[in-house]
Amino acid sequence: MGYQAKLRVWRGDDGSGDLQDFTVEANEGEVVLDLIHRLQATQVPDLAVRWNCKAGKCGSCSAEVNGRPRLLCMTRMSIFSEDETITVTPMRTFPVIRDLVTDVSYNYTKAREIPSFTPPEDLKPGEYRMQQVDVQRSQEFRKCIECFLCQDTCHVIRDHEENKTAFAGPRYLMRIAELEMHPLDVADRRNEAQTDHGLGYCNITKCCTEVCPENIHITDNALIPMKERVADRRYDPIVWLGNKLFRRNGG
Amino acid sequence: MASPPQTPQTPTDNPAATRSRASITARTLRTDRWWVPPLLTTLGLAAFVIYATVRSFMRTGYYDAEQHYLTPFYSPCLSDSCVAGSAHFGTPIGELPGFIPLAFLSLPFLLGFRLTCYYYRKAYYRSIWFSPPACAVAEPHAKYTGETRLPLIVQNAHRYFFYAAFVIALINTYDAILAFGGENGVGFGLGNVVLLVNVVLLWAYTLSCHSCRHVTGGRMKHFSKNPVRYWIWTQVSRLNVRHMQFAWITLATLALTDLYVWLVSTDVITDLRFIN
Ligand code: SF4
Ligand code: SF4
Ligand code: FES
Ligand code: FES
Repeated sequence: MGYQAKLRVWRGDDGSGDLQDFTVEANEGEVVLDLIHRLQATQVPDLAVRWNCKAGKCGSCSAEVNGRPRLLCMTRMSIFSEDETITVTPMRTFPVIRDLVTDVSYNYTKAREIPSFTPPEDLKPGEYRMQQVDVQRSQEFRKCIECFLCQDTCHVIRDHEENKTAFAGPRYLMRIAELEMHPLDVADRRNEAQTDHGLGYCNITKCCTEVCPENIHITDNALIPMKERVADRRYDPIVWLGNKLFRRNGG
Repeated sequence: MASPPQTPQTPTDNPAATRSRASITARTLRTDRWWVPPLLTTLGLAAFVIYATVRSFMRTGYYDAEQHYLTPFYSPCLSDSCVAGSAHFGTPIGELPGFIPLAFLSLPFLLGFRLTCYYYRKAYYRSIWFSPPACAVAEPHAKYTGETRLPLIVQNAHRYFFYAAFVIALINTYDAILAFGGENGVGFGLGNVVLLVNVVLLWAYTLSCHSCRHVTGGRMKHFSKNPVRYWIWTQVSRLNVRHMQFAWITLATLALTDLYVWLVSTDVITDLRFIN
């Protein structure tokens, strides 16, 4: 059975804006994005919202619902009570373009700053061979749909705009971990993870993991293992001595 | 094909550098009771810290001479101040002044182990330092540098506390085994079950540590080159998923184990004996 849902949507651009109240019909089985679309079709034709797949796979419809970073297309109306006011706002960490649409170019800048996959020099494309157990760990990170909800929720930049230059964010620290764990990557990324990409800013409070729609264990499987590797390289005198004595390089 | 001329980006070409965030002043728009988990965490940690501090300095009711139960809070007991029988490794140290806990050798390391533990860090950063108090709830601090500088950069030493905690877990295991031989020879009572359960859970907490996961196998690039370490890593990873649960369960079992030894050794309750 349908009902009239109370929606409060942030409208505006980078100059100004505010939360505006609407009443929109809601039907069984719908998600928040359905209501935003109905609002657009029936009352506010110029409401800006980004979306593509409506299946939680493209990562376009990221926003915040009742203050929580979420995909609009994966947030079921059934998790709210009928008399509840549902507040929909754009992602807070990024500059707003209009209404629910933000400028996420910070993430593309950070992605470009990570040195790319570096195979051994004598290995030509087509000659890559690796075992499943060796790539298994980093495959979890490839489920990422680049929705940037983890980046949005991370307090390091959400609450401190000034940290954006020094901190790559969970998504891209996870990218470093993925390459660091890759069996055919020969670059040593441990020092730069700390000095150039700001791994030390992360205080492992796990909000990125909490919001990831792909349920990637970002903190436990990427960030903490990466912190441990950085400790090997920078903060552990015994590992340092072992490497000197046995001429290993942390294989 | 000619490519379009590339113009270097200056800050003014880059709209993200000039645009600002959506104007929302509320600290958070969350409508759920996000302050409940940090509150419970603070209460839970405070309760343990108070109990453990009081008990560590009490110097009574830590060893049951009849059944040879020794509480983990006083192990290893190495000084002449320890009651007869409780020093399982001799007494190389003379009398200790009252302000030094009898387990002065293990307690600092156990405290350091838990303070630098990745789970407890999350717990106290959130609930005591409010950084952040909950996800998408703004923290009250104007500046934030995380674990990049002193003192918090010291958290990187966690693995050394893990090594120490591993040795202490061995000592606690030894204590629990010795408790099977009381004044009247080999026996088995409820106290043994309590000590044993405590030790098993301490191992679960210690072995599920992220540093343990790293040193046993996580640091390798090629699991296929070392199947034994890979197997160990898989087992540690299975425990690691429950690290938070073990962190809380062991706080409870440590306190309850200590309480049981305290009550039995001061004859408030009598130990339930199954054999002898
Ligand atoms: S765990 Fe680290 S990266 Fe993830 S949200 Fe928290 S501080 Fe940011
Ligand atoms: S890691 Fe998860 S939350 Fe972050 S961008 Fe990828 S899918 Fe989104
Ligand atoms: S529209 Fe593609 S993830 Fe929501
Ligand atoms: S003891 Fe918790 S991570 Fe090591």
